[in-house]
Amino acid sequence: MTTASTPDTTVTTPPALKEWPLWEVFVRSKQGLEHKHCGSLHAADAAQALVMARDVYTRRQEGVSIWVVPSKAITASNPDDKGELFDPAADKIYRHPTFYDIPEEVGHM
Amino acid sequence: MNAVLETPTVATVTAPTSYLLHLADNAVVLGQRNAEWCGHGPILEEDLALANMSLDLIGQARLLYALVVKRAPTLAADAPALPPEGAFAPWGGPAALNGGQLTEDTLAYFRDVPQFRNYTLLELPHHNALVGYAKSDMDYATTIARNFLYSALMVPLWAQLQGSADSDLAGIAAKSLKEASYHLRHSRDWLVKLGDGTDESHARMQSALEHLMPYTQEFWTQSALEKEASAAGVGLDWAQLQADWNALLDDALAEATLQRPASTGYVTQGKTGLHSEHLGFLLAEMQSLARAHPGAQW
Repeated sequence: MTTASTPDTTVTTPPALKEWPLWEVFVRSKQGLEHKHCGSLHAADAAQALVMARDVYTRRQEGVSIWVVPSKAITASNPDDKGELFDPAADKIYRHPTFYDIPEEVGHM
Repeated sequence: MNAVLETPTVATVTAPTSYLLHLADNAVVLGQRNAEWCGHGPILEEDLALANMSLDLIGQARLLYALVVKRAPTLAADAPALPPEGAFAPWGGPAALNGGQLTEDTLAYFRDVPQFRNYTLLELPHHNALVGYAKSDMDYATTIARNFLYSALMVPLWAQLQGSADSDLAGIAAKSLKEASYHLRHSRDWLVKLGDGTDESHARMQSALEHLMPYTQEFWTQSALEKEASAAGVGLDWAQLQADWNALLDDALAEATLQRPASTGYVTQGKTGLHSEHLGFLLAEMQSLARAHPGAQW
């Protein structure tokens, strides 16, 4: 809340500590192409989450770029569905191109 | 306040040793103070942030002490020059307890209060002024306000020193500028969050600023060593520095809905070696191990 003497600004105040949302942190290393998930933290807003991620997750030169995403923006697959989602692909080697012999005349495909 | 001086035509210009010690002592004392939050931070991320920043500051101090050692290895037995009105006569020298060998460690651990050249602002504890026997919890608003007031000075100062005629110092300035920029960003962010926050955080931040602001007068009073530095062509434009600092302050305080307190009253003289009662305790904690086992090796 702002003090009584200042007009009420349109900026929303950050939530109280108990209500800070959770953010997932992704860091890209110097040699990497993709941002890897390295952990999560609580922060009041996106800018603060970025600064905190810098302090917590890049202390030992882990990265050159940080993404923070609110955890509730992430939709995750249900671990109970692991069987039906991932097992069918496991035993079907004919789904891989390397399963097939290519005649030499064709060359590289 | 001194105007910009042209670079002298002398081939190599070096900043006076006492000025380097001033910059180094600022860093080591504030680094030591901020490290008091390690393990006690209000939240985990801030605990890490303050520890990181302390390490940055100690790193800056190391670079500057190393430069002093390189340039003035005979600082050992001679006491650093004090202004004639200095009431304290330092005993021995920083290397006296280390067999005459001056190193970064002897400068940090074997100098006593009157030989330290840091701003008094940086040695203050993390709470408002109390009666001598009173104790207090550490107040995060005081920490943030102090870090902000100091970083807002150091960012323009390092930026100016990058162009110093003293190339070693310019190199240290370029590196330290990046660190100081982050410290400014961090403290400014929290200043705004706490200032424009709840009634309690606003009140605490306002009172922290009111407590600390008078200590910033020391930034703008030129001590003998700073006059010497300017004369040697270290290249600081104090008027510009003060203008930059004021601009940073006014911008941040406005966003934080805080009132800028008056900056009046006694002007502290930490950079001449006349310190508050707090530096002695800080150094006692910092130096006790090194002094108990002088010359010890890991």
